Amino acid sequence: MAYYIGRRLLLMIPTLIVISFIIFVIIQLPPGDYLESYVAELESQGESVDPGQIAALRSQYGLDEPFLVQYLTWSTGMLHGDFGYSFEYGLPVTEVVGDRLFLTVIISLCTILFTWLIAFPIGMYSATHQYSWGDYGLTLLGFLGLATPNFLLALVMLYFANVTFGISIGGLMDPQYLDADWSWDKLMSVLQHLWIPVIVIGTSGTAAMIRRLRANLLDELHKPYVVTGRAKGVPPFRLLVKYPLRVSLNFFIADIGSMLPSIISGAEIVAVVLSLPTTGPILIAALQSQDMYLAGSFLMFLALLTVIGVLVSDIALALLDPRIRLEGVRTS
Amino acid sequence: MKVNPVSEHFVSDKPFDPNSIEQIDPEQERLYLASQWRLMWWVFKRHRLALFCGVLILLMYLSILIAEYLAPYALKTRHTDYIYSPPQPVHLFHEGEFIGPFVYGWGYELDMDKLLRNYSEQRDRVYPLSFFCHGDPYEFWGIRQADLHLVCAPEGGVLFMLGTDRLGRDMLSRIIYGARISLTIGLLGIIVSFLLGITLGGFAGYYGGWVDSTVQRITEVIRSFPELPLWMALSAILPVTWSPLWVFFGITLILALLDWTGLARAVRSKLLALREEDYCMAAELMGARPTRIIGRHLLPGILSHLIASATLSIPAMILGETALSFLGLGLRPPITSWGVLLNEAQNINVVAIYPWLMLPVIPVIVVILAFNFFGDGLRDAADPYKH
Repeated sequence: MAYYIGRRLLLMIPTLIVISFIIFVIIQLPPGDYLESYVAELESQGESVDPGQIAALRSQYGLDEPFLVQYLTWSTGMLHGDFGYSFEYGLPVTEVVGDRLFLTVIISLCTILFTWLIAFPIGMYSATHQYSWGDYGLTLLGFLGLATPNFLLALVMLYFANVTFGISIGGLMDPQYLDADWSWDKLMSVLQHLWIPVIVIGTSGTAAMIRRLRANLLDELHKPYVVTGRAKGVPPFRLLVKYPLRVSLNFFIADIGSMLPSIISGAEIVAVVLSLPTTGPILIAALQSQDMYLAGSFLMFLALLTVIGVLVSDIALALLDPRIRLEGVRTS
Repeated sequence: MKVNPVSEHFVSDKPFDPNSIEQIDPEQERLYLASQWRLMWWVFKRHRLALFCGVLILLMYLSILIAEYLAPYALKTRHTDYIYSPPQPVHLFHEGEFIGPFVYGWGYELDMDKLLRNYSEQRDRVYPLSFFCHGDPYEFWGIRQADLHLVCAPEGGVLFMLGTDRLGRDMLSRIIYGARISLTIGLLGIIVSFLLGITLGGFAGYYGGWVDSTVQRITEVIRSFPELPLWMALSAILPVTWSPLWVFFGITLILALLDWTGLARAVRSKLLALREEDYCMAAELMGARPTRIIGRHLLPGILSHLIASATLSIPAMILGETALSFLGLGLRPPITSWGVLLNEAQNINVVAIYPWLMLPVIPVIVVILAFNFFGDGLRDAADPYKH
């Protein structure tokens, strides 16, 4: 087991290095840099800029260094927790990112739980009542969730929650808690606001999950041991829960890996519509104003989140399913 | 003489034909002689919903060829007197009398308290719709001038079946024109990602070794990325000075660049198994080049699977374009796509006051559902020998 985890951890390192390099190339690609657009903005407002000051800023942030040197500075800085400096906010990146990343993680976790809660009973029902009207209806419902663009659903729910329940659900907490320290009340306020983004993001992943649970369960249900159990008189529900369900549970864990990227993507766009204090809105702003270290660190964090999520799901799977450990290395 | 009861059994008088077991009836013969594609078609045909969705998709793609003709108005026609008009009902009966499809006169009063235009029907004026009529002129396929429309506004009246937007442009026409961009972006994107996936996955699966592990690592890295943030970052790169057409191609390329990994994995795993087959060895011994072996001998065997999985990834691209354009990072006006149209519905006011601006979401949902069911049917049919 330790060997397996160690191996997986080692494999993560080259992946992360490549990811960081790709991200750096991407944020470097747009012509010009933040200072140039900053100067242009100042000049358009009729203010004069001291070229010496700009040059000083430029050398301070290493913007005139060659590409590789900049990359090395940035990536080695990240290793000891220095993620660079946000021009836009005038703050170190870590201070801008901190809470927002935390909230992104919370939303993602809640969404995964929500997806499970919904997909599980529906998938079970669909598999045991294959080709019934209920099966078709629920499947269609799942597909509708898949096909509706997240952002529009968010917008509509925002409106209806406001009209029917009279609550404002924009943001992730009531305004008075925005700068407050974490307390019980603040937590409750967050929970009250959390359900809309969770539902909105969750709908798109649920359909795929229902389909896969249904297919997995159907495979299991046709195996001889189920027939044997039924022949010996095990009640249908007990028979379902006892073995087939447990076997197809594994893939719920395995699926986290493939769900996470799409959940984080969904979280980004929904966050823009609902103006959530997560990474979405700030990432867009940073990309547009070429606040490169901020944008780069965000992308890096999001990728890191996914990679770690996949790792955790793989390890959990290896713990739960002895077959994987015996094979040593997972092929997928 | 007494007959032994055991040996007394039925013997047919017919002459014995040792080949009779080998003969098959015409039904079986048809099955055995059918090509793989024909078998697939037979299986696919049984899947009613998938068949219906396939026809629907085909019709939608055909509609982009004649968008100008189907749309009641030209793309840029503005009706400054009818800003933010809600959908106008089309009637069949006037005072209990059947006169075919018609609209009433359409007028508004200003509500000075709320600063809204309240549109209402003027029941005294009846405008029957005309079909195959002459309306806004357009250039058909960039070749010849034309002004024929399937349906156009009645003489003296207006026809806004899905309402108008903030500049007084007809939503129905804009949705029909938007299909052009939104549908082709999925198709172009899938072609690019298909080529990338087949090439890279093919080489990885055929050569194995370091080529394989390199491609594997690349796909792993790309798959571990949340798609949307990366799309956003990449589309932020596109220079603002680019013409809308170039932005369109740029966005297509970006969508495709992140999509090919799934296909590459599928190709690779299939080829890893197939390259051990004897016919592959035979081709190798006869001196065929790797590209020929992959392209001529290996790929055709798995092509049906690949097409099915490609179909299933078109919806993701269409949604991707919609999301990017909605955020203002994708296509921008004057290009009209469903995402660009929805970009105008970004505001909570729209949901409350002008909900018809969200109508472009309906074709998006329909197309995505149709592609999903169609792809499902294709996937089931892709392996006709299974049954």
